[in-house]
Amino acid sequence: MLDYLIKRTVQVLVVLFLALTTVFFIIRLSGDPTALFLPPDAPREQLEEFRKALGFDRPLYVQYTEFMTNAVQGDFGNSLRTREDALQTVLNRIPATFQLAFTALGLSLLIAIPIGINSAYKRNTLFDQTGVAFTVLGQALPSFWLGLILIYVFAVQFKWLPTGGGGSMIHLILPALTLAAYSVARFARFTRSTMLDVLRKDYIRTAKASGIPMYKILSVYALKNTLIPIITLVALDLGVLLGGAVIVEVVFAWPGLGRLLMQSLLNRDFPVVMAGVFLIAFIYSVINFVVDVLYAYVNPQIRYK
Amino acid sequence: MRERAPILEVRQLKTHIKTANGIVKAVDGVDFTIYEGETVGIVGESGCGKSMTSLSVMGLLPKPMAYIESGHIHFAGRDLTQLSEKEMRKLRGNDISMIFQEPMTSLNPVFTIGQQLSEPLKQHTRLNKKEIRNAVISMLQSVGIPRAEQIIDEYPHQLSGGMRQRVMISLAMLCQPKLLIADEPTTALDVTIQAQILELMKAIKATTNMAMMLITHDLGVVAEMCDRVMVMYAGQVVESADVRTIFNRPTHPYTQGLLASMPTANERKGELSSIPGSVPRPDEIPPGCAFAPRCSIATDRCRQERPVLQAYENQWTRCWHPISKPSEVTHAT
Repeated sequence: MLDYLIKRTVQVLVVLFLALTTVFFIIRLSGDPTALFLPPDAPREQLEEFRKALGFDRPLYVQYTEFMTNAVQGDFGNSLRTREDALQTVLNRIPATFQLAFTALGLSLLIAIPIGINSAYKRNTLFDQTGVAFTVLGQALPSFWLGLILIYVFAVQFKWLPTGGGGSMIHLILPALTLAAYSVARFARFTRSTMLDVLRKDYIRTAKASGIPMYKILSVYALKNTLIPIITLVALDLGVLLGGAVIVEVVFAWPGLGRLLMQSLLNRDFPVVMAGVFLIAFIYSVINFVVDVLYAYVNPQIRYK
Repeated sequence: MRERAPILEVRQLKTHIKTANGIVKAVDGVDFTIYEGETVGIVGESGCGKSMTSLSVMGLLPKPMAYIESGHIHFAGRDLTQLSEKEMRKLRGNDISMIFQEPMTSLNPVFTIGQQLSEPLKQHTRLNKKEIRNAVISMLQSVGIPRAEQIIDEYPHQLSGGMRQRVMISLAMLCQPKLLIADEPTTALDVTIQAQILELMKAIKATTNMAMMLITHDLGVVAEMCDRVMVMYAGQVVESADVRTIFNRPTHPYTQGLLASMPTANERKGELSSIPGSVPRPDEIPPGCAFAPRCSIATDRCRQERPVLQAYENQWTRCWHPISKPSEVTHAT
């Protein structure tokens, strides 16, 4: 177990290092931020002075070494715009992003797993085909479009829900639904195909031969076997939900990490972007680790000795 | 033995399977009776309809592809073909239970042995948790599983194949069934383990009045276990008699072929004999005798006219030219 933990920790460090390095150089390609912080008619000398003050005049490798040295100590610098600590700025947005991502995840699992199980059990019936059609639709709709339509219907026309913003459960409903739509499709289809596979197994026949009612076979005996591969998919999707909530956060003006990153990128607020990338990569790695442990919990055959 | 009451009577059972190429008659008019306390072997090559017959009795046909086209299955006075799914479920694992061929895959990998064995008792009895646990432990002990108190909390992958088959047997025996269907219970096991499992099944039989339907292609197992034998070929019964008669005086060329292809321990001289060809695909069964294309003594009559099942004393055979013909036909169907 200790070996395993050490191995996983080293993996996480490598992932973080590669993520930060890649993003550092790519973001520098987008150009110099100084021009964005000064009025368009600012004199050349003033621009140069500002650039020097921020350290952007130095060679790239010097900037990189300095950045990495500070980053290892948890210092990502201050936001170029607000002058506040970049990492702190990003951390402040985490609760909102988590709230949205986990609500969307919970919602999509709650909808998708029962649909998937029933589609598999009643395969090739009307229920199955309607279910598949709906899930394909959910997967095909782009989230910005679905988000706008939901805003139009529920916020503008019916005035039941706010158009955007954060702070309460009411504000959470539309963005969570929009974000869940895509995952529902994936989860439902995956549950269906895995369940179909499991239902053909010998041990399901044994369960039937023991006189266990079908609902119990589906909801207990087959479900636990079906969940094993789903957990992996959930992990992958949670990463997408956390990082990919950008569009949904922007559409609904949700005060989360995605929207902050989007704004910071447009402003070339490098320290905030780097802190954000670091945090997302870190969260992603931790989720993957947790999932592997969960995996062992559900599947006794791979328990770590 | 014949004075005992019949426990299972199958009459003109026809089980069909829908496939892309049309309907396949997997079981084509099978009749048999199993009496209380008796072991009946069903023998035949792969694809002859043995397993479909047993799944029909259990009501476990893979619906909707496979279904009972016609016929009756009387079990303890009730016609199983007329029962609802709910009524069937109350019988399964309770009055009729089944052991399958693959002990390695027949247990759910993510539940403990105890969890899986408790379920039939939860369904069919009113025992409380503690009573169930005790019942499961004593059942595991009775099938010769050491450390039953620990094994109950272990997972299937922690057990060997032989142990798993013992677990499967205890699962089937939990509610003291009147009929046990064993579908090739020893085929997937090592030879030494096979012998142990057969011994165990015999021991169980000796202490109960349970009837057993033993499906196998291993005639050695039949000789060891069965009172009567039914040989199936292409969805039909081709010969049926008590075990002694079948071994001493087979009348159907197919039965004779099966017996001849049994390797004997002390002979090593010649080649193993085999029946040429293979079981015809159910959609390619010839109009006459289904075995005719592989039969060395087939005549034109065999190829054109389907033989009926005829009785010679207590031996039934479906052949126009039975070998070692007994005295005379007593009746025919």
